[in-house]
Amino acid sequence: MSRSTHYFTGSRDGKRPSSGDALDKAKDHYDVVVVGSGLAGLTAANILGRAGHSVCVLEQHYNFGGMATWFKRRGGHVFDISLHGFPIGMKKTCRKYWGTSISDRIVQLEGVRFDNPQFQFNTTFTREDFTHKLVDVFGCASRTVEAFYETLRAMNYYDDDGRTTAELFEEFFPGRNDVHRLLMEPISYANGSTLEDPAITYGIVFSNFMSKGVYTFTGGTDLLIREMRAILARNGVDVFGRSQVDEITVEHGRVRGVRVGTREIRAETVVSNAGLKATIERLVAPDHFDDAWLDAAKQTKLNCSSTQVYMGLGPGEDLPWIADLFFTSTRPEFDSASLADLHGQSRTFSFYYPKVRPGTGRHTVVSSMNANWSDWADLSESDYAAAKARLEEDTLKALEVHVPDIRSKVTHLESSTPRSFAFYTQHTGGASFGTKFEGLRYSMELPQQIEGLYHSGSVGIIMSGWLGAANYGAITANKVDARIASLAADAAPSS
Amino acid sequence: MTHEEIVQAVKDIIHTIAPDEEIGGLNLTDPLRDQIELDSMDFLDIVMELRKRYGVQVPEDDYKELATLQGCADYLAPHLADHELVTNA
Repeated sequence: MSRSTHYFTGSRDGKRPSSGDALDKAKDHYDVVVVGSGLAGLTAANILGRAGHSVCVLEQHYNFGGMATWFKRRGGHVFDISLHGFPIGMKKTCRKYWGTSISDRIVQLEGVRFDNPQFQFNTTFTREDFTHKLVDVFGCASRTVEAFYETLRAMNYYDDDGRTTAELFEEFFPGRNDVHRLLMEPISYANGSTLEDPAITYGIVFSNFMSKGVYTFTGGTDLLIREMRAILARNGVDVFGRSQVDEITVEHGRVRGVRVGTREIRAETVVSNAGLKATIERLVAPDHFDDAWLDAAKQTKLNCSSTQVYMGLGPGEDLPWIADLFFTSTRPEFDSASLADLHGQSRTFSFYYPKVRPGTGRHTVVSSMNANWSDWADLSESDYAAAKARLEEDTLKALEVHVPDIRSKVTHLESSTPRSFAFYTQHTGGASFGTKFEGLRYSMELPQQIEGLYHSGSVGIIMSGWLGAANYGAITANKVDARIASLAADAAPSS
Repeated sequence: MTHEEIVQAVKDIIHTIAPDEEIGGLNLTDPLRDQIELDSMDFLDIVMELRKRYGVQVPEDDYKELATLQGCADYLAPHLADHELVTNA
């Protein structure tokens, strides 16, 4: 077989040439084609495959998982992008839609710590502990705290009252910037939301996330995705990497399939797990939409992007116990927007101790900051390199406060920026957390615009993160399954 | 299926979705969510399983009819009259 000199997208780091036709084994027709292999796409594919439908997943990258991903570097380093940590609900979601081989590996993180000029403490990240902190450390009245929780718990996504999260906080904890920081900072890092987003998104996420601890997957993201691929194979789902969908084809207002280069694969139903904006602005030709709907949908705003710094410790190097997840800042006061500042003062550290990958004995540290696409997009190559070098240096300095000899332990140092996220995921603006709240509506309305076309993925803040994405995959699978059932009923001869 | 069998069918489905929940003592009239830990995703799974096992389509607007076991039986009775109970494997 001749080796193609064509390099697939995502090749800039490894330069692994693709050889042959990635879609060689693909059928010409499926009941469902899923575009993209994020947790929403994979979960939808698995549910539909398990239900007996013919399903295929097409992923542009050679790795699967979307933002639930990892990468390897020489010297035995494995870096996870988004493994720590998700809410308890992920365990149930994985058990239902994937099985116990995945859900049994989900374990609670043992340590979550905050360190900023306003407060420094460990938390179990449970409702009980947040109550304890708010009452005994911050001195809030316990009835106020309970009333706050009750207000959040009663929130439903369909009754947005227009209040912002900042207004909600002011109502219960007026002038308490320190309390606002405790309540907002972890969620901003988890889903990119800010104090200016609707209170409703905060309420729903808080009730799921900051109630029963933070969880991770033992074995690492690579094991998770490998196991998911094995389950998909057992359920008869075809998965193809290195397959860039160029177009979702539409005929007479109805989806016809997808086009990859010159090849069209037909399908009654297409689930786009590409970003919402990419789906409506890039994958479907604009004349298939109602003009007013498309104009409004295009106004959907995106959540921020991220920067990360990956620090791999050499074999045999140890790391003192600090926390699994460490929220740090040197800013005297909290303000939401500053979390995404270029060269800002706030970052989280995910410490991956050997327990994450039992048997390897290896430690890695991944630092994450929220970031704005506009700060990074237009830098010249030299300015970009300098900005990355500064990001890495700032991060090491921040970590040195807690691990003084960190520089001598780290044998691999690397960083990613909004440009890296845009390159690897093809997300518009390198968005790490999908769209703002309004995107949920357009994502859900897509099948009303084009029959048989569904969207699933991080949208609306409440459907983001590992749990939100996986659950949205299940919601979409239910809709697709209903459509296939009704198509079959229509096609059946009447008795 | 009789009303009793429909209640059994729904309980069987709940058992596959939430195996840790005790379903033996469920009463007919209180909302299921008040008796065991079921969230909105679980209701979606109940609907999907009803479609798979019995071919019954429950439109989203009607999900609220499934809040209690009695509600399930009343709502599903006309759809399931000609179906046999499918027992858990």
